[in-house]
Amino acid sequence: MRSPDLLRHAWAVAAKDLLVEFRSRTAILSVAVFVVLVLVVFNSARDPTAVSNVDLAPSILWVTFTFAAILALNRAFQIELENQALEGLLLAPIDRSSIYLGKLIANLVFVATIELIGVPLLALFFNVQVLPFLLPLIAVIALATVGFVAVGTLFSAMTVRTRFAELLLPVLLLPFMIPPLSWAVLATGRLLAGRPLSETLGWLNMLAVYDFVFVVLAVLLFPATVNE
Amino acid sequence: MLRAEALRHSFGAVRALDDVSFSVQPGQTLAVFGPNGAGKTTLLKVLAGLIQPQRGRAQVDGGRRAIGWIGHQPQLYAQLTVRENLRFWASLYDVTPPGELLARLGLEEHADRPVRALSRGLVQRVAIARALTHDPTVLLLDEPFTGLDRVAAEALSRLLGQHTAAGRATVLVTHNVEEGTGLATDVAFMRAGRFVHFAPRAGRGPEQVGEEYRDAIA
Repeated sequence: MRSPDLLRHAWAVAAKDLLVEFRSRTAILSVAVFVVLVLVVFNSARDPTAVSNVDLAPSILWVTFTFAAILALNRAFQIELENQALEGLLLAPIDRSSIYLGKLIANLVFVATIELIGVPLLALFFNVQVLPFLLPLIAVIALATVGFVAVGTLFSAMTVRTRFAELLLPVLLLPFMIPPLSWAVLATGRLLAGRPLSETLGWLNMLAVYDFVFVVLAVLLFPATVNE
Repeated sequence: MLRAEALRHSFGAVRALDDVSFSVQPGQTLAVFGPNGAGKTTLLKVLAGLIQPQRGRAQVDGGRRAIGWIGHQPQLYAQLTVRENLRFWASLYDVTPPGELLARLGLEEHADRPVRALSRGLVQRVAIARALTHDPTVLLLDEPFTGLDRVAAEALSRLLGQHTAAGRATVLVTHNVEEGTGLATDVAFMRAGRFVHFAPRAGRGPEQVGEEYRDAIA
């Protein structure tokens, strides 16, 4: 299949998923409430005299994003099971990788929306400066998000037809999330501490390599995961 | 137009297809009757390419683009409108939904309503429109009359008649002999994954086919 067709069909799937979510708003609202709740709870419990905000904030940011993303990823293929729409997608004369790419795009938009809510709230509650490092911070968040959402979207397809999909997804996904999350926490910590950008470049490179490897692997493996 | 050669497929110890071979030519409608668990849905899924058979092969001229599928479930998104659903499915076949399809199925006034707000019968009509939106040459139908009211059932019968008259092929699986016989040019009975009868209908009516079916699967 030609690349323009692949991308056009992927966009059709992504646009449909986003329209379904826009109409129902159930997932985005529940995840947004979750993000606000976690940040409020952590903010209430922290002791700034024990650990400085700059040291604490990166871990809390990424723990929040991780669990918010898992909640989002769980629903990625659930909407295809409702009326066996997944069979319709598999019947369509499209490259099955375009289904994966469409789901990946929709999940990235979904998680990015959550991150757009989370970062300003973190800056507000934890009194950390993000504006001076906004561009590098966006790069870290974007690269880490692409990595774990790419793997999560694949695992979401693998587990959706199992009885314990909501339990299996985090169990399978969390080990694969450890590398990008560790690198993202370290890079975010350096940025918020005002360290030179050169100190984060190594983590950014690692994240970029992780993204490339796992997006390619997921595109190649996805067709096999949806066969009945 | 459609060929199945020595198809075999099992789910664990259960043999769903056991050496099934047949072909369907343009203008033919094959009605496959069988009780629950006979392997009818598995047969359709193998023909559609949704299941890779463990042995044998199935081939549809024109591949997946040529197939239209109407199954137990409508394959629609409840939050989207009828029009949005049809536009989405049509985009995957690189076509635009034919305007007259909604009118033919009596769906024009419901086109901008979300699918979740429609009755079961209307949803099934939208599912039929979805299956026909890319003008398929081979229709695979799995209990297509389930949930249809009388008007919608007649509309579907008319559409299937037009499909066959246009020289296209249809495979219809159902356990309901009365609703399937009238449309069929050929009839097969399926039991435990095997065709135990496969012949042209040759003027037989539902009563005669029903009697032969009961004898064959007894």
